[in-house]
Amino acid sequence: MFALRPERPATIEVAVEGQPLRVPEGASAAVAMLLAGIGRTTALSGAPRAPYCLMGVCFECLAEIDGVANQQACMVPARPGMRIRAQRGARRAGPA
Amino acid sequence: MSAPRTESFEAIVIGGGLVGAAIAWGLCRQGLATVLLDEGDIAYRASRGNFGLVWVQSKGLGAPWYQRWTRASAGEWPRLAADLAARTATDVGLQQPGGVHLCLSEPEFEARAERMAQMQREAGNTPYEYRMIRAPELRDMLPGLGPDVVGASFTPYDGHANPLRLLHALHRAFTEAGGVYVPEAKVEEGAAAPHDFAVLAAGRRFAAPRLVLGAGLGNAELAPCFGLAAPVRPQRGQVLVTERAAEILPMPITTIRQTQEGSLMIGDSIEEVGFDLRQTPPVMQAIADRAVRSFPWIGELSIVRAWSALRVMAPDGLPIYDQSARFPGAFTANCHSGVTLAGAHALLLAPMIAQGALDPMLDPFTAGRFDVRAAS
Amino acid sequence: MSYDLAIIGAGPAGMAAAVEAAAHGLRVVVLDEGGGPGGQIFRAVEQAAGDPALGADYAVGRALVGAFRAAGVEYRPLATLWHLDPDAGLLSVLAEGRTSTLAARRVLLATGAQERPVPIPGWTLPGVLTAGAGQILLKTAGVVPQGPTVLAGQGPLLRLVAAQLARAGAPPALILETTPPGRRRAVLRHLPGAWAGRGLLGQGLGLLLETRGLPRRQGVRELRAEGEGRLQRVVWDSGSIAAATLLLHEGVIPATHISRALGLDHAWDAAQQCWRPVTDAFGASSHAQVALAGDATGIGGWEAAMAAGHLAGLDAAYRLGRLDGAGLAYRAGPWLAARRRALALRPLLDALYAPPAAILAPADAVIACRCEEVTAGQVRQAARLGATGPNQLKAYLRCGMGPCQGRLCAPTVAALIAEVRGVPVESVGAYRPRAPYKPLTVAQLAGL
Repeated sequence: MFALRPERPATIEVAVEGQPLRVPEGASAAVAMLLAGIGRTTALSGAPRAPYCLMGVCFECLAEIDGVANQQACMVPARPGMRIRAQRGARRAGPA
Repeated sequence: MSAPRTESFEAIVIGGGLVGAAIAWGLCRQGLATVLLDEGDIAYRASRGNFGLVWVQSKGLGAPWYQRWTRASAGEWPRLAADLAARTATDVGLQQPGGVHLCLSEPEFEARAERMAQMQREAGNTPYEYRMIRAPELRDMLPGLGPDVVGASFTPYDGHANPLRLLHALHRAFTEAGGVYVPEAKVEEGAAAPHDFAVLAAGRRFAAPRLVLGAGLGNAELAPCFGLAAPVRPQRGQVLVTERAAEILPMPITTIRQTQEGSLMIGDSIEEVGFDLRQTPPVMQAIADRAVRSFPWIGELSIVRAWSALRVMAPDGLPIYDQSARFPGAFTANCHSGVTLAGAHALLLAPMIAQGALDPMLDPFTAGRFDVRAAS
Repeated sequence: MSYDLAIIGAGPAGMAAAVEAAAHGLRVVVLDEGGGPGGQIFRAVEQAAGDPALGADYAVGRALVGAFRAAGVEYRPLATLWHLDPDAGLLSVLAEGRTSTLAARRVLLATGAQERPVPIPGWTLPGVLTAGAGQILLKTAGVVPQGPTVLAGQGPLLRLVAAQLARAGAPPALILETTPPGRRRAVLRHLPGAWAGRGLLGQGLGLLLETRGLPRRQGVRELRAEGEGRLQRVVWDSGSIAAATLLLHEGVIPATHISRALGLDHAWDAAQQCWRPVTDAFGASSHAQVALAGDATGIGGWEAAMAAGHLAGLDAAYRLGRLDGAGLAYRAGPWLAARRRALALRPLLDALYAPPAAILAPADAVIACRCEEVTAGQVRQAARLGATGPNQLKAYLRCGMGPCQGRLCAPTVAALIAEVRGVPVESVGAYRPRAPYKPLTVAQLAGL
């Protein structure tokens, strides 16, 4: 569980699993996931995972961002209107 | 310093890649006490760069003996896979649903059709089934085919497997059947006489009446010592590997296959650059471009890793199999299709080596064929 | 686009090198994966310098970033290097979803460090993060953990994060220090160096004082994280505590992914228990066109990194004909001295906070490779069967083949193989990563 603080006004509105959430400018999509309590499940065993390093090394923060699967959410700055969804298992591939 | 004591075996195999390991295990399976000498991590290790196809349809145009040998290997593969699974509890991931070679233009399709027809003619009495399939029907077989795809050639003989699992299983089966595996053992010295060979490696001395060179690109240097020739050169190929995806491709394509774990492997390239293992973005781009033209949905997948590897290539692209005339008992085996030919190497070639004579069906694969060409 | 010097990374080393090189008339481009300059230590400093939780030693980064911005250097944030041909001087870069190629006569890798992985039982549970991640949350978003937070491990960063969280109104419920008892006495022989590093020592003592009221346990062993589907409690040999967040830290190590992919020479640093690219005093590597600076060459902290950046910038100016030998020697002098001072405390810190053996080579049930869910036991088993090193291991297990390409599992895998083979860990070797250094899509690569 994580919480915002008043020292950093949350001015950017994103949606995490369809729910609106405000984060400060400079927060990454992974921060939004942590605030919303959303993680992912692994492609191999479906084990629950969540961000670990927040600096682009561990790849645990994989999420679907604006419809694109398996993005490294900690490297993607939150932008207004961004849609973030949990990555559940292996991504789908194939014709839309 | 005293010389190391001699360790005697019934066969010495040099090279622990897909070729050497398959032969070594095949010899073990024939009951021969075998030692397998493997170089360290510094070796070129073509096996680690293998794409993983068990591929028949493209092999042996103008050389029906190669077509037959490849067909035979694909036929032996299920037995190989089952045997390895039983002995090592390793699933090498063999699937043989048939395979396609995509054509992205009408001239490509026509050229392919001619090639397949010629292969069938050359196959003679051995039935060679294939179909040329046009895009509308192909779309029912392969999901999300790109608009550039005109058609494909299909044969039911093609398939794929996991090359690293295969390598691991061959090694495991070998050691569990009593084979002796010596890593970090580059051959320093060799001595040869008919049916009497000795090799110094890793500070140890090994002797046997049979010796097999399965050291890939290393064979070129080793061969003369044992009265053999292995005129092979490196030929670079680059491969891209994507993130895992839910199962989507029902069969392999010459340059695209989905692994059991779900990643898509995308190849390939043919580059004559010597012993250069660098990756090159322009080639990687061309590979990616063809893949996206074949299946537009592939464009969305992330490439997680890629590599380049050196194929072991004879002047005509066919394998080289020989027994030394000067030193009978010494054999060489070279090819660039270590996965496809693993079935034949373990279950057909190894018994021949154990018996001491290569079957006449392998006569056309002698390195002597290059001397003839040079002379003419 | 053609440059004299391409710098990868905009932390203290990258920024200093850029400023120095530009001052000597070099055409410089800085490629930064991050959204703004500062690296990790000064991450988001332009937005967050006013946050009282972060303190004065963070705010100093604002001046560095200001100088960098004013230096007239081309700065490209959110740009990822995915291939480098160091001979041809060609960089393949992904930015804004498109790939492009840059040319540079010289390349400086200022890619910094990463946290050493801390493979304890349960470390893959949601709610377990690194102490660095806790800091990044604070720096980039002002966010703090809620519910009981435990800090565990050892090293200066642990105390700093504890202090910052406390200042932010979210003090950790417990600090678990894994430094073995008696270690402090053992490092007394490094004390002479401590005088030269007295500034840093003073800061450390200040943090100790500031956090003295926080509950802590020392000499903690058998650390584990437990819970159903997420962290619920932290357990150690002599106790346990309910927790919602666990922040782990066992030091940092150079991020060698790109330097390994390039095939640069590396040497094992026994004191820091990590691989470091081999460089000379100016950061020149084993490749004539590639240099490194900062924590990417060995852990030294931001002041050493800044000095190294200046030295690399000077060296680039010298090699590219904008500075003669005498000028180089003259200007390098103060930076060489500054770096020596900044590194004075290092031997003491390295000795004091050496990671415990159980972290380097964990128990069989612990996951060693997170991406491919491979346990330490499976790695040991493969080593017994004949995998002599991390690359050979790929024939047995998929370690190092997942998205992180071995960044997180490399130290653990190597230590496990070394343990089974009974050889020093440095003799086991390291993964050889390949391009793309970070993932890009097939369409992006195709240029679509």
